[in-house]
Amino acid sequence: MPYSEDLDIRITDSCMRDGSHAVAHQFDETAIRDMVTALDSARVPVLEVAHGDGLGGSSFNYGFSKVPERKLIKLAVEHAPSSKIACLVLPGVGTVDDIRAARDLGVSVMRVATHSTEADISAQHFGIARELGLETVGFLMMAHSVAPEALARQGRIMADAGCQCVYVVDSAGALVMEQVSDRVAALCDILGDDAQVGFHGHQNLSLAVANSLLAIRAGALQIDGCTRAFGAGAGNTPTEVLAAVCERLGIRTGIDVFALIDAAEDVVRPVMESEPVVDRMSLLMGYAGVYSSFLRHANRAAERYGVPGPEILLRAGQRQLVGGQEDLLIDIAMEIAAERPTGIDHVAAP
Amino acid sequence: MGRCGHNLPRCNPLMLCGGHRVVRYRYSLNAGDHVPSLTAAIVGSGNIATDLLFKLLRSDVISPRYMVGVDPDSDGLRRAAGLGLEVSAGGVDWLLARSELPDIVFEATSAYAHVVNAPRYAEHGLKVVDLTPAAIGPYVVPTVNLTEHIGLNNLNMVTCGGQATIPMVAAVSRVVPVRYAEIVASVASLAAGPGTRANVDEFTRTTAGAVAKVGGAEVGKAIIVLNPASPPVIMRDTIFAAIPHGSDENAIVASVRRMEAAVQAYVPGYRLTADPQFDAGRVAIFVEVEGAGDYFPPYAGNLDIMTAAATRVGEEIARAAMISTV
Repeated sequence: MPYSEDLDIRITDSCMRDGSHAVAHQFDETAIRDMVTALDSARVPVLEVAHGDGLGGSSFNYGFSKVPERKLIKLAVEHAPSSKIACLVLPGVGTVDDIRAARDLGVSVMRVATHSTEADISAQHFGIARELGLETVGFLMMAHSVAPEALARQGRIMADAGCQCVYVVDSAGALVMEQVSDRVAALCDILGDDAQVGFHGHQNLSLAVANSLLAIRAGALQIDGCTRAFGAGAGNTPTEVLAAVCERLGIRTGIDVFALIDAAEDVVRPVMESEPVVDRMSLLMGYAGVYSSFLRHANRAAERYGVPGPEILLRAGQRQLVGGQEDLLIDIAMEIAAERPTGIDHVAAP
Repeated sequence: MGRCGHNLPRCNPLMLCGGHRVVRYRYSLNAGDHVPSLTAAIVGSGNIATDLLFKLLRSDVISPRYMVGVDPDSDGLRRAAGLGLEVSAGGVDWLLARSELPDIVFEATSAYAHVVNAPRYAEHGLKVVDLTPAAIGPYVVPTVNLTEHIGLNNLNMVTCGGQATIPMVAAVSRVVPVRYAEIVASVASLAAGPGTRANVDEFTRTTAGAVAKVGGAEVGKAIIVLNPASPPVIMRDTIFAAIPHGSDENAIVASVRRMEAAVQAYVPGYRLTADPQFDAGRVAIFVEVEGAGDYFPPYAGNLDIMTAAATRVGEEIARAAMISTV
């Protein structure tokens, strides 16, 4: 069954939310206006705009926004005549007050994210979002860490709370092929007609586009991408590549592929500090199942304490850290430094 | 069994005082030094209520007498009955119909329930220690403002994250002005009960408010993260405070270490995992809270620090009552 009469799947571009991680939350008005205008012209159906860690994410722990996100969201709504604007919120970080404010700014899709075992903390947020007339999406983050059936049960909790589409979110870029289709299929089974299923991929194992196709074949109707892969860690499923592949396969996305290819090159790339790459750090994140937005924080802690970044990531994986625990990367760096003969006291301040 | 109904070697009512309220003396088993003891009711029969009961049973100045819940099959009520308390699933109605009312009520239900119950306790003039995030009464954090509001009838214990972090915010703000403070509480999934889960916004709002109001920061922010790692992880808290350029770092570290020791007086497993870390205009303080393992396993430091702090506040109320009756 297609997403709608005109679309087989609906694509949401998250480069103005997930990409926020990659620029340490330094988006300004010009960047958002230019990217929204270009992606809206390329007919990307939904554009997500928020701090990387969702509404209310601006903080010491995750990094302060250069420009308050509400200002950027307002700007996005004003410059998107056809695309819907979406926001992300993580219960425990943002609150229903943030959801209300986003709605008042003209946001139409609210995406509520929890770790893949903690869906029940989202009930309040889905309830309020639906009351406000918002379309809702649920994010089960770090989906690699949970078996398909257990993930499906969490999806059921979200759907019962008012979520209209439950996403398998591969926050660590750790899922491999059938591990995606198994999870999507399990969610489709348990949700039936009550909610759709979506997939959000990362590139750490160079599988984001392939994984997205497997998700579609397993029944996912909504797929996330980031134009030019502009997102955390090794980057996300590149939206323009996904759109091109879908067109080749006859999967209708509604996106103007050539316009999006141009937007990726001419508008989005200049906003990026660098291209996301699969290098030692980001590959290890996919391998060890580490939350993508930890990358920059781990790099900073490695530099501050003079310890190897890969070691920080591997220990983050061993400690089974989940999204949001950026503070503990500093703790891990200090732990590694303390184990060294010179000890932590000898590390110079930056 | 004492006249108050306990089968514990304590609670011998000897003295009437303070108008209609009965203050009881308890025998110390060692010597003749009698300590007055207030009777307590625990409203709620869940995990927090049960852990609190264990701590109150060890108190020299509080005698837990009643526990009420709403579920007749509750393990908590059964356990409390086994420990000698008078228990009922008839809720607050049953409690307020007792011929001898308790001196102190510990509310261990939910914020919603406490909003309904609070006026009823007030009608009966009961002292209330509120362990929910309802925040009807002023926030109390033992190492920061234990005695400030002790005369009031309803005191709020903020949240578990607040109890674990606000002492550190205060430790910084008593040395230098803190424009902004932010706390991140990481809690084991198994240690986050249904109340917290159903209303996680109550946690973030109440904690942030108290970080400012009690911690002494101009603006507060709170983040909570639930971690399902197996085996369960001990509660971790990180406290970030914005500090002025040129702050006396040694003075801040000394203040933080003094505060650590002060909290350890009632939560022995409360400790810094490293010295405070100074970075471009901020100090970061890393705390681990290992619980006493009374009823919860030690990883659930979040729940332990809450019940330990509530016990501490209850005991202070008892001491204040003793002073006022002497």
